[in-house]
Amino acid sequence: MPSSELIGTWVAAGLTLFCFSFLYKDNPFYKFAEHLYVGISAGYWVSMEYHNVFRPNLWDPLMRLDLNILFSFPRAGFAFMWQSLILIIPFAFGILFFTRFTKNFAWLSRWSMALIIGIFAGIAIIGYSTGDLILQIRANLLPLWTGNWLSSLNNILLTIGVLTSLIYFFFSKEHKGALGAGAKVGIWFLMISFGASFGYTVMSRMSLLIGRIYFIFGEWLGLIK
Amino acid sequence: MKSSAFRKLFSLFSSLIFLFLFYSPAQGAESSAPAWFDKNRVNVFIVLALFFAFVIYFINRAQKGKSLFVRRIPGLDAIEEAVGRATEMGRPILYISGIEDMDNLQTVASMIILGNVAEMAAAYEVPLLVPVCQPFVVTVAEESVKQGYAKAGKPEAYNPNNVRFLTSEQFAYASGVNGIMLREKPAANFMFGSFYAESLLMAETGFSTGAIQVAGTANIHQLPFFVVACDYTLIGEELFAASAYLSKEPKLLGSLKGSDLAKLLIMIYLVLGVLFVTFGIDIFLRWVFVQ
Repeated sequence: MPSSELIGTWVAAGLTLFCFSFLYKDNPFYKFAEHLYVGISAGYWVSMEYHNVFRPNLWDPLMRLDLNILFSFPRAGFAFMWQSLILIIPFAFGILFFTRFTKNFAWLSRWSMALIIGIFAGIAIIGYSTGDLILQIRANLLPLWTGNWLSSLNNILLTIGVLTSLIYFFFSKEHKGALGAGAKVGIWFLMISFGASFGYTVMSRMSLLIGRIYFIFGEWLGLIK
Repeated sequence: MKSSAFRKLFSLFSSLIFLFLFYSPAQGAESSAPAWFDKNRVNVFIVLALFFAFVIYFINRAQKGKSLFVRRIPGLDAIEEAVGRATEMGRPILYISGIEDMDNLQTVASMIILGNVAEMAAAYEVPLLVPVCQPFVVTVAEESVKQGYAKAGKPEAYNPNNVRFLTSEQFAYASGVNGIMLREKPAANFMFGSFYAESLLMAETGFSTGAIQVAGTANIHQLPFFVVACDYTLIGEELFAASAYLSKEPKLLGSLKGSDLAKLLIMIYLVLGVLFVTFGIDIFLRWVFVQ
């Protein structure tokens, strides 16, 4: 094993043990690993955003703009104008975020926030309605009788589960009487699905633990071949 | 006034019913020419138009001062209870808004709840710690907390250092939050927003410190962990309902009532659709085809 890889394995094993020490209680080793992890990841993300988002999407194209053409607007044509604006407007909105450092102009940063939240909400609603809502409605339109007892029972349970779960999430009426009974059935369905999901996820976490144990006893200590 | 609003709604409904009856998705049809309107998605348009109509109608009602009933969500009582407990114990409150950015609607709802929690914290004079995972959420969280303190009449008590950016990396953020839970020993932990695999790491640590924990998320795979490790959990849409209930904001209340009406229609559609499909008629099934 090359020495750089060997050092990497020892550092990784040490940090894994530092993190596992949290299972006993909070201690200086865990604190060290935690601060290192938070610090390195924060720095890494700043670098990633700068090199992968800010530079290629805004700064480099902005630097390539020939602003002299901008001032001779009618000759430059609308296409160039549009290309420039599509860079300059987001840049200006980005700059507005820095007004938070001033007391008098901090309110200007809300414009950028409003723009971003508005755009994302608009995009999300189309995506959710197409990808989730309508497709899920379609997936639940199942025949109650298929000719087979088991699949019919499955479809009946699914239909009851969907309807009663929807009743649980109905907020305009108190959950009393028939509505209350429906909501109670709905919460039972939800809890059963949560139980199944819990068991499934715990199993996948176990595989992560096995991966780490294998790393310590295999790659590091060489006890597992 | 009333009749003109009714007329508008009636004409909207009748045109939508007309579209419903005569709309038949062109399954498999493809066109290479660019177009402003995708005819294959008329059904999406109708669903959204109906939903917006309901929401706008209820927002109008709320803005006119008409009371819109929303049932009390049990988890919400727990928020005030937890803030009260933190006051008695003289320990801070920890608010975690998930790990997603502001493009996630759960984070938006979380920021609204944060404003209300900040108002309560200011009224009871309890420190409120808000470690944040995304840089953009920091600015929104600062605004929410500041407004909450201002609403409580104590703007001078707002401490900007308590809204902290940790890191955008999921598990590094979780370890940072765990560190805060262990060292600052908050008496109440609130976790509202979009969570992933870090949910159990944080909820379990919070549980081990003995804090009251109230959580809420619409990420169904993380809900079981919150249900197990927290005292109260807002399930799915309850998170959005909570933000509307707490803020009493007409726009949010209107959205909630509008989505309730939409749910009612979906239930009716499902019942009719299932019955029709059982008898071999697939008009309802065809109508929800999305290419």
